[in-house]
Amino acid sequence: MKKVFKGRVICKGNYEGECVVSRQGLNTLATFQKSALMNKKKVIGSDQNNKDVYGKNLTGIALILPQTIGSTTGGLVIQTICQMGINPAALLFSEEIDSLAASGVILAKNWENSNIIAIDKLGSDILTEIKTGDKIKVSEDGTVEIL
Amino acid sequence: MKLTQEEQDILNGKEGDTKAKILQTLVEFGDLFGADKLVPVTTSGHLVTSFGIGLLKPVYRTMDEIIAAGLKTPYPFTVDPRPIDYQNVKCGVLDKLIFSKIMYSKQKHYEEQLSKIGLKNKNAFTCTCYLDEVGNTPKYGDILSWAESSAVVYANSVLGARCNRNSGMLDIFGALIGKVPNFGLLTDEGRKANWIIEVKTSKLPEAQILGSAIGMKVMEDVPYVKGLDKFLGTELTDEVISYLKDFGAATASNGAVGLYHIENLTPEAKKFKEKIIHTDAKVYVIDDEELERVYKNYPVMWKNASAKPSLCFIGCPHLTFYQLNQWTEKIEENLKLSGKRKVCIRTVMTSAPDVVEKFKETENYLKLKKFGVNISSICPLMYTNNPIAGSKPIITNSNKLRTYSKARYYKDDDIVKIICGVK
Repeated sequence: MKKVFKGRVICKGNYEGECVVSRQGLNTLATFQKSALMNKKKVIGSDQNNKDVYGKNLTGIALILPQTIGSTTGGLVIQTICQMGINPAALLFSEEIDSLAASGVILAKNWENSNIIAIDKLGSDILTEIKTGDKIKVSEDGTVEIL
Repeated sequence: MKLTQEEQDILNGKEGDTKAKILQTLVEFGDLFGADKLVPVTTSGHLVTSFGIGLLKPVYRTMDEIIAAGLKTPYPFTVDPRPIDYQNVKCGVLDKLIFSKIMYSKQKHYEEQLSKIGLKNKNAFTCTCYLDEVGNTPKYGDILSWAESSAVVYANSVLGARCNRNSGMLDIFGALIGKVPNFGLLTDEGRKANWIIEVKTSKLPEAQILGSAIGMKVMEDVPYVKGLDKFLGTELTDEVISYLKDFGAATASNGAVGLYHIENLTPEAKKFKEKIIHTDAKVYVIDDEELERVYKNYPVMWKNASAKPSLCFIGCPHLTFYQLNQWTEKIEENLKLSGKRKVCIRTVMTSAPDVVEKFKETENYLKLKKFGVNISSICPLMYTNNPIAGSKPIITNSNKLRTYSKARYYKDDDIVKIICGVK
């Protein structure tokens, strides 16, 4: 039987497609800044300290992560990549969402009319049972499953 | 969360659409974390967004909206350092073109926007706004609407103020409304430690490596550090607060720490002792070997790992007055050892404008100039965002700068030897 992960819906939506898994805290500024600053059409993860996302396309995919870490520009960075349309389609947090990522998705929703999906409290197993490149289904009731 | 009638009226648009949208954002943010109410901000704000990067369109548009709505912060606020200082950090023609025309093309416009909504003054640009010379120094128990990870962790830990790790934009929203959601580090429960860090090193650890190790381990939790008072003592002297500033910045950039307690030293650890530790707190032991393991794991991102450094940045976060004097002495000693009169690698030390003004009155300022060191109030991180400038072999003693750029990290005692040419 396929394992289904159920979390808390912060910004609802449906998604089917590939995912990238960051097993460590994702440094938002370090990950997204290079592509955003260079006005790229896609984000390529640029955090040299996070091998899980470094060099990987992060636009339009589901990004599975424990939480975000690092600079307090984090929320603004998420808002900006949403405004630029180069954001991940979904942010799926194993833990409770952190204050910076929460700010980012709320800013993106309220000020940019973004439809980025955000679900938290999915449990730490999601970081090991789902692998980068897996195809997953995210539903608006907050469930995530491998296809 | 429970709102007062006045807050509900604002949400309903009684004071305009912009104020309603700002409050709505703060309320949704608080609701996610179970905030029970909004609480008044009791002192000046500090913003993380100091840079007029052209791409930050959401910021300029929102600022225009705020200005058009006639909103202004009740207290004057400070903001992170400026990204450019051509006078003290010389740039080539191409670098200048990228900085002024492409990257920070909105700098002037953005600073004008900041002034209109309550910026303190022209010297308000620093990440160390809490230093006495700058004057945005919260008191114990003050409620803040700040961002800038290194400033938030300092205000919470060293000053005993209360502030969550707010994001850019949320910092200005809270400062404008004069209220922030009550949760997390604003509550007594949220300030309890869930990690005990046992420092068992043979000497005082390098602040920025210790902070990095703890940040990577505890992420956004609150650590209670034991064994550091053996080296630092029990009083917050100028030397100690300088150490804690650098330590905290590394915990916040290599992890997401917003508050730490140092046994027998920081105010809440002194006041509440071990009562401030959760009974089920996890334990992380740090010895010399563990610090070396963390240090050795820092990747070298230069194209040519053996290249000669072309620039050295010291001061991320900005140096204190004490540190400027300490570095002058270190450089003087090491130049004597190498027999040189000036540093052999272009070196920039960064510090708050008000601290630099004070330092300029001292003999050590003249000495540093004589040694060939430039002093600036720039943000080194913003400088290295320039793809041309940032791809050069830059060295730094800042773990924060290492994290966000290709700059190579060296310990204090090593970097001073490198810039002074000591073999």
